[in-house]
Amino acid sequence: MNVLVCVKRVPATGSRITLTEDELHIDTKHLGFTVSPHEECAVEESVRLVEALGGTSVVLTLGPEAAVEQLQDALAIGIERAILLESDADGWDAAATANAIVEAVREEEMAGATFDLLLFGNEAADSGEYQVGVRVAHALGLPCVTGVKAIEVLGEALTARREAVGGSEVFEVPLPAVVTVKEGINLPRFASVPGRIKAKKKEVARRQPAPPAPLVETIRLRVPPEQRSEVQVLGHGPEAAPAVVDVLERLGMVAR
Amino acid sequence: MNLVLVEHEAGIIAGASLEALSFARGLGAPVHGVAFGEGGASALEAAGAHGAVAGTHVTIDGGYAAAAWAQAIADLAAAAAPAAVVAAGTDRGNELLAHLGAKASAPFVANCIAAEQGADGWSLTRQRWGGSLLEDAIVRRPLVLLSVALHAVTPEPAPAAAEFEVDEVAPVVAPEDLSARATRVETAAAGARSLGGAPLVVGGGRGVGSAEGFATLDVFAAALDGVVGVSRAVTSAGWRPHAQQIGQTGERIGADLYIACGISGASQHMVGCRGAKKLLAINTDPDAPILARADYAVIGDLHQVVPAILAELQRRRG
Repeated sequence: MNVLVCVKRVPATGSRITLTEDELHIDTKHLGFTVSPHEECAVEESVRLVEALGGTSVVLTLGPEAAVEQLQDALAIGIERAILLESDADGWDAAATANAIVEAVREEEMAGATFDLLLFGNEAADSGEYQVGVRVAHALGLPCVTGVKAIEVLGEALTARREAVGGSEVFEVPLPAVVTVKEGINLPRFASVPGRIKAKKKEVARRQPAPPAPLVETIRLRVPPEQRSEVQVLGHGPEAAPAVVDVLERLGMVAR
Repeated sequence: MNLVLVEHEAGIIAGASLEALSFARGLGAPVHGVAFGEGGASALEAAGAHGAVAGTHVTIDGGYAAAAWAQAIADLAAAAAPAAVVAAGTDRGNELLAHLGAKASAPFVANCIAAEQGADGWSLTRQRWGGSLLEDAIVRRPLVLLSVALHAVTPEPAPAAAEFEVDEVAPVVAPEDLSARATRVETAAAGARSLGGAPLVVGGGRGVGSAEGFATLDVFAAALDGVVGVSRAVTSAGWRPHAQQIGQTGERIGADLYIACGISGASQHMVGCRGAKKLLAINTDPDAPILARADYAVIGDLHQVVPAILAELQRRRG
């Protein structure tokens, strides 16, 4: 079972987002970086599948040199090697990103590395475009299941389960395949100190993708007007209880 | 004209699709609905009362296959040359437009809140970070695929067209479009309460302190006939299953009242509870960001405040 898992470096935003002066980026001066929770789970799932079935796991990202940090997070929990598609440029919309990943997968294949499974997060935390995995699947002629909450591999086929309106849907697809996962498919492990040390020695291959030709051009980012509310403090500590129950009654939440 | 995906459950049109229809009407061109599967024709009739002037009902035998459905929409788009294909920003809407975008080499812009077609192309505003940030973008292509952010548009009924016609089509599906199809659909156990549809949600965050600490909130939720939801800190710690998570990577709630206990209010969490009509925050920190979004607040430790509320409820019920 050879797995390729794709991740994206994004700022770890807190309760408020501030923008740079050109209004094209988030001001990250005081922020750390991470990947989407969905992608953390995709990385964990890759490690588990290879632990259970043998084979190799590779993590790929497209981004600046600093994104090596996110690759090393994945290497530290057991992914074997990493690919960085180096680019500092803007303009990587979903279609351009998918093209670069497809190109990288084809180069890997020419170098003798084939993948049974390509894993993605269902959508990136920042841009939330819901389509990179699907576009990669179509370009490579592979079946694709999105929003997956459970994976089981039996021989040459994969069973994927996802939540649907009023229950769940089960898909059985032949391998190789593309699967995009959602947080909740597993509980990702934390990297150990030896894992972090080992990660530093693992291979990070660098490639230069062709410049992006985006279909969607970002003009600017905006922070939406804050939905501030007028908060009514009902009290401090247990003494607030009668005032809380008054509110519950007023809102019709308890039978009077 | 523009195509709009009409989602439905056994013929009952989805609320999100009514929002998508209202959004599409605002784009100016006549709206043509597309619905799939059994009950699709009656869902299209409902779309007719929300501004669709015609509809196509597509029947593809067997389980749901995103690529096959997307190909059917691609065929309609090839014949009718719409400027836009619009869907609700649901899991299914986003998935189908992603497949259609790949098949038609067309731009798919997810979770839009505004769109306008000008001489220069489409000017769009979309949500990033689950809606914590907006992006203005431009697309210079003859065809754009748009999903409409949930709860961003109020559905407005429209006078029905004098002659609303529904075309029936049953396309021949290529085998490669069936390589990923739902082979089984399992319905949730009867009585299972969904977080998204619950009128009252009691939320617990890091401030709950432990898995055992949730006993108080379970009793509180039961006393108010509500459902327990949690923040990401709680599921990451393994205190509660992910199915109970509210937020950008969990559930979106639309409760009449959300009681957030020991939750500081990171933007990723607030994205999930923005749909709640009233918010009561119980927090030890008077400066917690959640208070800026709350209607009511109690400053204090939930482990003292919640038992006191339960005792007061008990007292009043006699």
